[in-house]
Amino acid sequence: MIINHPLLGPRDASEFVVKGAASLIDRPDWQAENATDAFHDYMYLRDNPAGEHAELWYHEQGDRSWLVVTRNTLTHEVTKVEMARDVARARGRSK
Amino acid sequence: MTNYSGLKVLWQGLTGNKGWKPVWREPEPKAEYDVIIVGGGGHGLATAYYLAKEFGVTNVAVIEKGWIGSGNIGRNTTIVRSNYLLKGNEPFYEQSMKLWEGLEQDFNYNAMISQRGILNLYHSDAQRDAFARRGNAMHLAGAGAELLDQDKVRKMAPFLDYDNARFPIKGALLQKRGGTVRHDAVAWGYARGADMRGVDIIQNCEVTGFQMDGGACVGVQTSKGNIRAKKVAVCVAGSSGRVMEKAGMRLPIESHVLQAFVSEGLKPTIPGVITFGAGHFYVSQSDKGGLVFGGDLDGYNTYAQRGNLPVVEDVCEGGMAIMPMIGRSRLLRMWGGVMDMSMDGSPYIDKTDIDGLYFNGGWCYGGFKATPASGFCYAHLLATDRPHENATEFRLDRFKRGAMIDEKGVGAQPNLH
Repeated sequence: MIINHPLLGPRDASEFVVKGAASLIDRPDWQAENATDAFHDYMYLRDNPAGEHAELWYHEQGDRSWLVVTRNTLTHEVTKVEMARDVARARGRSK
Repeated sequence: MTNYSGLKVLWQGLTGNKGWKPVWREPEPKAEYDVIIVGGGGHGLATAYYLAKEFGVTNVAVIEKGWIGSGNIGRNTTIVRSNYLLKGNEPFYEQSMKLWEGLEQDFNYNAMISQRGILNLYHSDAQRDAFARRGNAMHLAGAGAELLDQDKVRKMAPFLDYDNARFPIKGALLQKRGGTVRHDAVAWGYARGADMRGVDIIQNCEVTGFQMDGGACVGVQTSKGNIRAKKVAVCVAGSSGRVMEKAGMRLPIESHVLQAFVSEGLKPTIPGVITFGAGHFYVSQSDKGGLVFGGDLDGYNTYAQRGNLPVVEDVCEGGMAIMPMIGRSRLLRMWGGVMDMSMDGSPYIDKTDIDGLYFNGGWCYGGFKATPASGFCYAHLLATDRPHENATEFRLDRFKRGAMIDEKGVGAQPNLH
């Protein structure tokens, strides 16, 4: 697989490690009433779709940036690559 | 149907092999069953077999999307062993090992069970100590284990690279009862045994949804129409996410691909199963002579039954590191299988929160060795509504209770288990 890095251009997938679903960006509020359940679901449950899947990739053998890669889990086709910080900020995170 | 025997094989051989009959029927589904098992793989067929044989539940259908044995039961590296550490796991896998040992007599089918031993190599003092501890856990469960020093390993496997500068081989943990089993024969033997006892095996029938009534599951929708059931038992490891999504469930599972490899056929070289302790590589030799080996997952979520080249390179490097002679043989075939990778590396055999709906999955890449015990314990759960004593820890809610069974200790990172 080739990951088209937004800053560095096309890079081989072997330069990256995969963390998992991009939903891991959405860390629950630890002070909320339902924080225990919310953290359980956040940590342990997955959508695990057959098809489009947004996931966190870390460019360990490169510029060490985190990316959100949207990829098809049936065909391995990569349809979108974004900087994870841009995605997180767009969702209201400070960084 | 009559039993197989040596005499029968001889008689058929002398009369042109004209008397062999198909060993399971191809029935149309009935309108209703006591239990519907979704998934005709090894675990599903074993569940049906033990339900009928041990628990007297024979009004059972196994529903399979493709043909039986077309999934991971026919795609694995055929290794059986019971060398686990944690108490939630080890008695279960030892039960499985005991069932393997009596399986051929039990279901009257040649599964080519070959207990040639499994060697887990260690490369440092710390690893030796960890294996000593594991060996003791195995003794506690009655599995048996031997800690070998380098000389003893040399006698068994003289071809390994003992004096490798980076990963010298210091010894190994040996489980003599481990070995390999002819994987397709396991599916066929269980299918035959279940069919003989009245179980309907319905192939080429895809489950497209669940029938719900008042919040309870009362049957399945399939490509051959609706079928009602008192209990629906999902058993589709590899596709658990896709099937349970139809019931609206999110699971503590990610789907990943594990690749496996076979070399060209060689004369007998490897005595049993050998695993590399410093990387991830395991190898055995098939009856046809091919070296069967594998290593790490590819690491990304996928439902595609194929992997990518970096892992091919990594696995072959692992092989070269312990066994340089492997470089002289050529790779014949490679393929991928989709694994239910769970959050702690251990499986689930449990009722779901939906009445009438049961779940068996999350086998990571250890599902094959577990086939008999998985079937037995799932059948126990389905027949009695209580977990079998060796499977009490395999609950879906164990993360909520902080009761993970994390053999490797890497946490909720499924691609590392």
